[in-house]
Amino acid sequence: MNIHEYQAKELLKSYGVPVPVGGVAYSDQQAAQVAEEIGGNKWVVKAQIHAGGRGKAGGVKVVGSIEEVQKTADAMIGTHLVTHQTGPEGSIVQRVWIEQASEIKKEFYLGFVIDRGSQRITIIASGEGGMDIEEVAKQAPEKIVKEVIDPAIGLLDFQCRKVATAIGLKGNLMPQAVKLMKAVYRCMRDKDALQAEINPLAIVGNGADKLMVLDAKFSFDDNALYRQKAITEMRDLAEEDPKEVEASGHGLNYIALDGNIGCIVNGAGLAMASLDAITLHGGRPANFLDVGGGASPEKVTNACRIVLEDPNVKCILVNIFAGINRCDWIAKGLIQACNSLQIKVPLIVRLAGTNVEEGRKILAESGLSFITAENLDDAAAKAVATVRG
Amino acid sequence: MSVFVSKNSRVIFQGFTGEHATFHAEDAMKIGTNVVGGVTPGKGGTTHLGLPVFDTVAEAVAATGADVSAVFVPPPFSADALMEAIDAGIKVAVTIADGVPVHDMIRLQRFRTGKDTIIVGPNTPGIITPGECKVGIMPAHIYKKGNVGIVSRSGTLNYEATEQMAALGLGISTSVGIGGDPINGTDFTTVLRAFEADPETEIVVMIGEIGGPQEVAAARWAKENMKKPVVGFVAGISAPTGRRMGHAGAIISNEDDTAGAKMDAMEALGLYVARNPAHIGQTVLRAMKENGIAIK
Repeated sequence: MNIHEYQAKELLKSYGVPVPVGGVAYSDQQAAQVAEEIGGNKWVVKAQIHAGGRGKAGGVKVVGSIEEVQKTADAMIGTHLVTHQTGPEGSIVQRVWIEQASEIKKEFYLGFVIDRGSQRITIIASGEGGMDIEEVAKQAPEKIVKEVIDPAIGLLDFQCRKVATAIGLKGNLMPQAVKLMKAVYRCMRDKDALQAEINPLAIVGNGADKLMVLDAKFSFDDNALYRQKAITEMRDLAEEDPKEVEASGHGLNYIALDGNIGCIVNGAGLAMASLDAITLHGGRPANFLDVGGGASPEKVTNACRIVLEDPNVKCILVNIFAGINRCDWIAKGLIQACNSLQIKVPLIVRLAGTNVEEGRKILAESGLSFITAENLDDAAAKAVATVRG
Repeated sequence: MSVFVSKNSRVIFQGFTGEHATFHAEDAMKIGTNVVGGVTPGKGGTTHLGLPVFDTVAEAVAATGADVSAVFVPPPFSADALMEAIDAGIKVAVTIADGVPVHDMIRLQRFRTGKDTIIVGPNTPGIITPGECKVGIMPAHIYKKGNVGIVSRSGTLNYEATEQMAALGLGISTSVGIGGDPINGTDFTTVLRAFEADPETEIVVMIGEIGGPQEVAAARWAKENMKKPVVGFVAGISAPTGRRMGHAGAIISNEDDTAGAKMDAMEALGLYVARNPAHIGQTVLRAMKENGIAIK
């Protein structure tokens, strides 16, 4: 689960991490009011969507008057912001964050990730702030610093000093950096975050140098939301694909793709492999859909309905290798789906595993015209042939 | 011999009296698994399926000599149950649960440092040595005894590969599912090492997915340390970047994470690579013929 920048900043602030003075606004009048309240003579208006790349797409503007804050907020709110991460349709901006503009002297990158190699939380930092860390990793990997954190001991001061020194945070900035890193680590651990990315972390101020978080991105572990009530309340369903949200409500894992062969498979690995088999036969899958274990007739019907809501779908490939599942349940579910949804597109069905004979018999005796397949290759070939006509 | 579990394993179920544990304990016993009891806190002293129930793993181990645990405990409590198994001296613990918080796994992996318990999972179908011992939820009837070791992230793709091999007359020595999560208790390399040491295994199939570095790390280990041939496949050539494809661990975050990049690396490291998920069985057969390995 991801959250907005303003939520990330509020969360970090609650851990004592310095963030700019700011506030969120849902309308242009409210934006003007927020700017008035926070004071100053220069503000940043930032469109709040989950996708990155907002700056280049016009979603971040620095303005010098309250009128301009209002005008900019008005122009942003309600529009679809298209960035390199949103896809061509963009994401609708429903709120903006307004903060006092900072005098930026230098920018840094500071990320906390779960490193799959060491199986521990790891700091990734770089003196090249504001840039994509992936770009830095490609062009100048020597500029990236990594520090692995022992979960039993936690992040130690000396580790923070190592990172700070390596990216060039010296003098009075070093103790600030230590405090900030330890706070972000505590926040990540307490809140079951999978990633905390601060980009940029900046040295700001006219007088004494001060470290400040100018942008922050968090993602959280969906599997831990049961114990993270406050985080769960930050979820913004408008940022998620409504079909994926609906599917997950039915215990289905659905991801829309851009092809025309609908897919209903059990198990994530076999689902991926089924898409691969279609692709290798020259076809294009319309979706990924994992029905999971214990697929009841209702679940199968819901799966068919969700797949068929995509108007591009010309046929559906059903590939079930039943372990905990049972082929007879799946067969009954398919018949129920055909009858209740009046499915017009061809269904290619491959059943294997537990109760496969019963399942095949139920399909054969249904009087409905399923295209049955012997194995994965056969199923993919038949699905692609069906679409080609 | 076999890998991790055999007819000599003494198996307990944690969360024994639950619906799924009951079903799979009965199924495991049908193929000859030596189930010796189970643990359900609060139900110690009762019996279930004719076997003793204990309050703690330590009691179960003391009374039954159990050395393998099938952990059928819901995700929020899985890590605790696994650490209890480690503490009690269990040799192999398999956790089926899908949805264990990642931070719990980070703590668990730290807890087991220096201890020799093998943790398999989470989010796995488990381990099966055909005809001897099943610790998991896979359909036992598709696994025939043979000399191919199989290790995979995905359950259903493991079944798929097993069926393709069975159709060609190839059987399995042991099947290990390491699970689809970003942090696995046991990685591919550990399982390859076990297969290399197992006299009943003559060839190994490794089935990976997009996301993370461990398929390539295991292939590198195999090149440097294994005499037995390894066949590789990686699912997800058609997966878009940045999307979790069902499994929490199956996400492309950089160029090295793609299925294509992993299979290229495997091939460069000398593995036999099935580029098509429908060709896993025939690729194993080809590798066996080229290496003079008899079909069993």
